[in-house]
Amino acid sequence: MSENLETFAGLLPQFGEGILVTLQLTLGGAILALLVAFVLGLGARARTRWASVPSRVVMEFFRGTSLVVQIFWLFYVLPLPPFYVELDPMACGIIALGLNYGAYASEVVRGSINSVHKGQWEAATALDLGPVHRLRRVILPQAWPLMIPMFTNLLIQLVKGSALAAYITLHDLNFMIVELRRGTTDTVFSYTVGLLLYFAIAYALTLLMNALEARAKNKVGQGPSLREILRVAPVQTRAEVGTPKPMVTSQLPPTSKGGV
Amino acid sequence: MPENDTTPAIQFQGVVKRFGDNVVLDGLDFTVAQGDRVTLIGPSGSGKTTILRLLMTLEEANDGLIYIDGDPYTHEMRGDKRVAIPDKRRSLVRRRVGMVFQQFNLFPNMTVLENIIEAPIHVLGKSKAEAIAIAEELLDKVGLSDKRDERPNKLSGGQQQRVAIARALAMEPEILLLDEVTSALDPELVADVLGVLRNIAETTDITMLIVTHEMQFAREVSNRVLMFDKGKIIEEADPETIFTSPAHERTQEFLRAIL
Repeated sequence: MSENLETFAGLLPQFGEGILVTLQLTLGGAILALLVAFVLGLGARARTRWASVPSRVVMEFFRGTSLVVQIFWLFYVLPLPPFYVELDPMACGIIALGLNYGAYASEVVRGSINSVHKGQWEAATALDLGPVHRLRRVILPQAWPLMIPMFTNLLIQLVKGSALAAYITLHDLNFMIVELRRGTTDTVFSYTVGLLLYFAIAYALTLLMNALEARAKNKVGQGPSLREILRVAPVQTRAEVGTPKPMVTSQLPPTSKGGV
Repeated sequence: MPENDTTPAIQFQGVVKRFGDNVVLDGLDFTVAQGDRVTLIGPSGSGKTTILRLLMTLEEANDGLIYIDGDPYTHEMRGDKRVAIPDKRRSLVRRRVGMVFQQFNLFPNMTVLENIIEAPIHVLGKSKAEAIAIAEELLDKVGLSDKRDERPNKLSGGQQQRVAIARALAMEPEILLLDEVTSALDPELVADVLGVLRNIAETTDITMLIVTHEMQFAREVSNRVLMFDKGKIIEEADPETIFTSPAHERTQEFLRAIL
């Protein structure tokens, strides 16, 4: 066991780099996925068929084809005739992850927008707010907190999906686990370390997303503000009151930006 | 009531509205004069709310024409063909119409003040300072100046509805549609909302179209009552007449059931 740990310690710098590659794939993939999700999700809702049909076709295609095949296709097929496009492996990974998870997430965007209360749309129409303004200022701020929990799910899956990058020559965390196994010849140890490290990354992201969710909910008037949640010890202004009153929130200096 | 302008504020011409096989409005004709306060009564499903929703473009008529101040609203005749008017042009007419909903429908992501100034700034193009000044005046009018920076969900139903009234008035509508605005409120909160509306009726000359079950309020505020049944107006009179000696049998039945 101590030998295993020694080998692991020796590989730590490389593990750090591997985790960095995994995080790069995750972040890049997530940003692209978010972009794809909003474009396809809003596109699918469009009234003109010119926007809604292509959006749905693209969505169904990338959702319905295997992520492994997509990554391999980008990496091995794209450089061949008639395409001759050679992408950097990192780009292949990010594009495949972004398109695949973006297709899933576009359903989240579409569904969340649809589940904003009908009365909100009607009130915006009654005030004659234009379609773009209505979406940006009224609907999306309310749909966003509905999206986040489902985005969290997809983000965790995306982290795990990024492990496929090891098969297109990237030295990510998954690659390093294989290296560790080669170094220690202990399969149980190596893959257990692997499990724990992936879990640690996923859990850290979950916490981050939970914070984002709390903030988004607070902005539509649900639940405490992030500042209140993160505050471990009570601050002086509230210390004198025994029972914390949720009403105090509204008297705090303006946490929300005053801009309109 | 100003009588100098003879163009009706609202005119329905043979308006038909169907939901599937269910014909809600069946060739409805009626006009509302400038400054009129008209209450629509009738059993549920008789098409009252649909009329308001058509006027807010939340529903679209299957046939017939609607005019606001003589301007065609959602459709117009080109030759003998009824054609839809594009939304950009509808919006110019829609701007003259405001609506208060049964469920208030305040925007939860904005404060009370932000709810009121959003459309005046972005739709009417008012400066922020001007919009805030108008909003504060309106909040004072509805008795909620101290709630200016609250979130809607911190307010009672009655307070939310008063904010919604202020929000609609901030658009300076010529026509105000009130869709069962007290139906979702606890009984003790109804009086405040009706008081605010009574005050608006007395101090402005906004044309009002009111769907309500508050017959006392209808009696005080409106100068005309239309009784609907199955998508048609079956009786029309001033409130005194209709509430004390309704002519139509269905009206008598309806009023007996509700009063």
